[in-house]
Amino acid sequence: MNATTDDNELTTVHSEPQPDREPVLSATGLVKSYGRVEALRGVDFELYPGEVLAVIGDNGAGKSTLIKCLSGAASPDSGTLRLDGREVHFRDPLQARQAGIETVYQTLAVTPALDIASNLFLGREIRKKGPLGTVFRLLDTAGMRRVAREEVQQLGITTLQDITQTVETLSGGQRQAVAVARAAAFGSKVVILDEPTAALGVRESGQVAQLIRRLRDTGLPVVLISHDMPLVFELADRVHVQRLGRRVAIINPSTSTMEDAVAIMTGARSV
Amino acid sequence: MMADRTGVSAADLPPGTDETPRRRRGNPVQELLHAHPSLGPLVVLVLAAIVFDLINGRFLNPTNLSIMLQQVAVIGLLALGQTIIILTAGIDLSVGAAMILVQMVMAELAVSNGIPVILALVLGLLVALLTGLINGVLVTRFGVPPFIGTLGTLGVFTAVGLKYANGQTITPPTSSLLLWTGKFINFGSFHITVGVLLMIVLYLVVGYALGRTAWGRHVYSVGDDAESARLAGIRTGRLLVSVYLVAGLVYGIASWVQIGRVGDASTDISSTLNLDSITAVVIGGVSLFGGRGLVLGTLFGALIVQVFQNGLALAGVQDLYQQLAEGLLVIAAVSLDRWIRKVRR
Repeated sequence: MNATTDDNELTTVHSEPQPDREPVLSATGLVKSYGRVEALRGVDFELYPGEVLAVIGDNGAGKSTLIKCLSGAASPDSGTLRLDGREVHFRDPLQARQAGIETVYQTLAVTPALDIASNLFLGREIRKKGPLGTVFRLLDTAGMRRVAREEVQQLGITTLQDITQTVETLSGGQRQAVAVARAAAFGSKVVILDEPTAALGVRESGQVAQLIRRLRDTGLPVVLISHDMPLVFELADRVHVQRLGRRVAIINPSTSTMEDAVAIMTGARSV
Repeated sequence: MMADRTGVSAADLPPGTDETPRRRRGNPVQELLHAHPSLGPLVVLVLAAIVFDLINGRFLNPTNLSIMLQQVAVIGLLALGQTIIILTAGIDLSVGAAMILVQMVMAELAVSNGIPVILALVLGLLVALLTGLINGVLVTRFGVPPFIGTLGTLGVFTAVGLKYANGQTITPPTSSLLLWTGKFINFGSFHITVGVLLMIVLYLVVGYALGRTAWGRHVYSVGDDAESARLAGIRTGRLLVSVYLVAGLVYGIASWVQIGRVGDASTDISSTLNLDSITAVVIGGVSLFGGRGLVLGTLFGALIVQVFQNGLALAGVQDLYQQLAEGLLVIAAVSLDRWIRKVRR
């Protein structure tokens, strides 16, 4: 590893210019510190319509902090965030969600004791029509189950048969599918997936890859944070490489190799 | 390691052939109790009732059942409020203190200050809501663990109640609305009080709110995993405050039922009320770790404690053995809960 790369201003970026398209979600100069640790040191970020953008980087490169800033789980100390060209400030995940950004966290953020349908609608429950719903706040359980079933079918998730099963009875891959289905059902602008295959076996990872493809086919742009290089190179249209709190490169997976990506990511090669 | 995986793409495997083992098949009893957390307490309740009736034939006669129901009303209500808090993985040690304070406020205002009883009741319930608000704010805004926060308010509410009441016992006139909760409603030889009826109604209302509304789902979700609930978009702080408020209101109604049952308001009501309410919840199969259990279970739990106390008394067993039985039941219930939770990965 070159000792010198740390000090270089690695701002050169390999990417085809995208002059005719406006990014859906973009960030400029994001800075975020935790105490004396500078997790983000001025990160730029663009996500274009309909693409799968992978974010890769070594541990401590600032991937998760970047994602937290994009999804409202953390707010940057400085820098701007734009959604559809308009500047946005998210104070909590709920605000980002309301703006149309859905995030599938590594922890999945599901409630194991509740069933699949309840998890899909958690925090966005539908009530019965009429006074039963408005006065007595009665949930439209049947309606939510119907929509949940449709959503699961649309995404071609064959592993979730019974929508009334509690999530704690599901395998890791099935839980991931629940979380992705929730994001797909409600994400109107962007879906962010944080390490979707980290806890999964080979077969289940494959199913999640299928799921991400279907998600992209619906037209939603996807941000994919992953350590899983084969997955990244298989799915991503562009790869954002994060290193030491900055974006050091954007790689085109069809012209670059995994070795290139890893070299840039670890600082073995400067861009 | 990475090189191994580049060749075989996981995504090429056909979907829908999920070979992951569904769930390792555990003990069927464990599975059943996991799916139905109130089943265990129900079985214990029925068995205990049968055994005590075999020992003493008077146990299951309507008069004795009526007495047990009347005696269970106050603890049943306190345990109901406690249940909602425990479902969020919290705990409330200040229930008894809040009840002392609220009943003294109600009685003092109505009897000593001559305020219209209905107004005194409303003000008492407002004080009850205030106690809940204080606990809720301590837990959410100040981040104090519920155990410690409510241990603190236990002292505060008790002291304020004692100071306010000046150590006196207040006896409302027999016609007072304060005593309405002690009024009998007779069904043949079976006679319950308005207080018992109030308890049943509140169990139905809270059971509905927990099981059929979004608020209830959120209570379970926050209790199961607060961080996941937050990331899923639930405003957990606001939800927790609402939980402590609802519990406070239930304690307020319990205070009214207590005045009606005893016939007066005094500060020297049992100091074991806090723990008794928790005992009922735990025996009722509601998990102290949050997110699991039903108010129906709590009702069974409160009844079990009552059945043991009454049954052992009828069987002529010494007081200390009642305490022993209660203690063993709590230990058994919590151990059972730990075992049942192991079903989950």
